[in-house]
Amino acid sequence: MPDLAIETHGLTKRFRSQVAVDGLDLAVPEGSVFGFLGPNGSGKTTTIRMLLGLVAATAGDARVLGADMPHHVDSVLPRVGALVEGPAFSPYLSGEANLRRFDAADRHAPRGTRSDRVALALERVGLSHAAKKKVGAYSLGMKQRLGLANALLMRRELLVLDEPTNGLDPQGTREVRSLIRSLADGGTTVFVSSHLLAEVEQVCTHAAVMSVGRLVAQGTLDELRGSGSRVLVRTPDPGRARAVLAELGLPIGETAAGGIRSVMDASGDELVTARLGGSADAAPEAIVAALVNAGVRVRGFEIERASLEQRFVDLTGEGFDVVA
Amino acid sequence: MSSREANDGPVGVDARVGRSGGAGGGTLSLLGSELLTLFRRRRTWALLGALALIPILIALAVRLSGGPPTGRGPAFLDQITNNGFFVGVTAILVAIPLFLPLTIGVVAGDAIAGEASHGTLRYLLIAPAGRIRLLLVKYAAAAVFCVAATLTVVVVGTLIGWALFPIGPVTLLSGATVGVGDALLRFLAIAAYVTVSLLGLSAIGLFLSTLTTVPVGAMAATAILAVVSQIVGALPQLEWLHPWLFTHYWLGFGDLMRDPIVWDTFGDNALLQAGYLVVFGALAVGRFLTKDVLS
Ligand SMILES: Nc1ncnc2c1ncn2[C@@H]1O[C@H](COP(=O)(O)OP(=O)(O)OP(=O)(O)O)[C@@H](O)[C@H]1O
Ligand SMILES: [Mg+2]
Repeated sequence: MPDLAIETHGLTKRFRSQVAVDGLDLAVPEGSVFGFLGPNGSGKTTTIRMLLGLVAATAGDARVLGADMPHHVDSVLPRVGALVEGPAFSPYLSGEANLRRFDAADRHAPRGTRSDRVALALERVGLSHAAKKKVGAYSLGMKQRLGLANALLMRRELLVLDEPTNGLDPQGTREVRSLIRSLADGGTTVFVSSHLLAEVEQVCTHAAVMSVGRLVAQGTLDELRGSGSRVLVRTPDPGRARAVLAELGLPIGETAAGGIRSVMDASGDELVTARLGGSADAAPEAIVAALVNAGVRVRGFEIERASLEQRFVDLTGEGFDVVA
Repeated sequence: MSSREANDGPVGVDARVGRSGGAGGGTLSLLGSELLTLFRRRRTWALLGALALIPILIALAVRLSGGPPTGRGPAFLDQITNNGFFVGVTAILVAIPLFLPLTIGVVAGDAIAGEASHGTLRYLLIAPAGRIRLLLVKYAAAAVFCVAATLTVVVVGTLIGWALFPIGPVTLLSGATVGVGDALLRFLAIAAYVTVSLLGLSAIGLFLSTLTTVPVGAMAATAILAVVSQIVGALPQLEWLHPWLFTHYWLGFGDLMRDPIVWDTFGDNALLQAGYLVVFGALAVGRFLTKDVLS
């Protein structure tokens, strides 16, 4: 098992009566690009604040880059670049002056190279031409880019990005994606919270899904999607088909979205569906072979791969209203 | 964002300027950056400009009204027409009860709350600036502002007095007369006295600033405390409390205008202010170390 860049156990944050984060057990492997998903108000930003030592956990513990947080903020945070709940700058200073200021706050950032590093970070996010402009006069996307530049001032082992593409134009979004990829190629672990599932599918290797403060799924992207895939068997022998599928260990008895179900279709055949994944990870060809061997007249067979979006909705519910 | 740079990947910024090279910036570097930020702000210059207006208005009023005023108004006022040097001293006397505390309140009250309201506090902390280090730097910057504020009043006052009125040896409270050089040194000593007087208030402002994310609240509370303390100091019924008020010695710099100079009040004042600094500094640290930064 690879080392973990972020590891939490029972991490909990309570605001007065409300539990914002509830017993979170995160495991973010080193070198991964980890998508942190969840509806509005599900506790993503609160979790990130606890990981960075901005907020004290009510219970549980968090380790970042192998050290306990928040006790080791001074040794851990110089190795972490972060964007938390959007960028924030002093509006009366230029973009460049703002970056210099945050850099001066980092005791480990060499003063001699400050100008070079600031210029390079600005260049990297395409802000060189706006470097001298007051941040108060920046557009939303420009501030977002400056926030990313701030996270990139030093070489980082871990980047924590809370909705990094918020407010960016399509070019900016693409560049962030390629930036994340290139950073990951260089060995940086990237922990990125997002609502844009298409985006996550494109760059992430792993993901976790939060819902109302709880972790409802976590794993590699394939694991997440895989456990959402379904087998569809069209057959006039539904009873026997169900028995075979059950024998193969495909999940039975799950509620609504899962388990083995059958639906009558127009031709009189029945459509038997079962959730793929779970403990027994049977290959599709093995399932067909088993069905045929058992004498099931298979008239149609299909594996329906759930999109991450479908999986997300399955996990966090259809409702549009914020649960708070 | 140019693709070239993006694809440069982590090699981009870091291979060229590796983190191993060169010493990191220390606390002084952070203080330098903080002072640069403070004095690059238009508001800071507006505050200093307002303070500079006090001696200018006094000098112009005395000058335009002609003859010496008739014993009313702040101490030293009637001396100005004889000796322009008294403009600075008169102005500082006028500024102490309200104007100086107001400007200190703005700077000290803004220290943490202002960063919180801009959201920059979280980025300073994850830089990481270190919570105690950030408080120290913020306090030091407020103290530097105290120096700038008192010097503004005294220096502008002396200069405009010099320009508009006759200048000459200064007659002290003890009746002795000292030369111009000696008088200037005494004015600097007064500026130092007033600066020290404001250090306790700065610590109070810094503490209040850690309590809120609304800077105006901390600013107003700081200024109001200064006024309340002076009112309490004027109530004879509360005399037992007076020696403990941070405003107790605020107007006590007359001893610096005697010959020889009496330093007792200076020492007592410094001790009292140090006490306030320790108490409210500790409160600020205690509060800030455990504060959840949610802004
Ligand atoms: N300062 C606070 N005081 C009280 N409750 C808070 C505070 N900050 C956050 N919460 C609550 O904690 C819960 C989680 O909020 P959080 O900001 O972590 O959500 P999020 O997942 O980042 O949402 P979004 O996708 O909208 O950014 C919400 O219900 C919110 O109301
Ligand atoms: Mg959020």
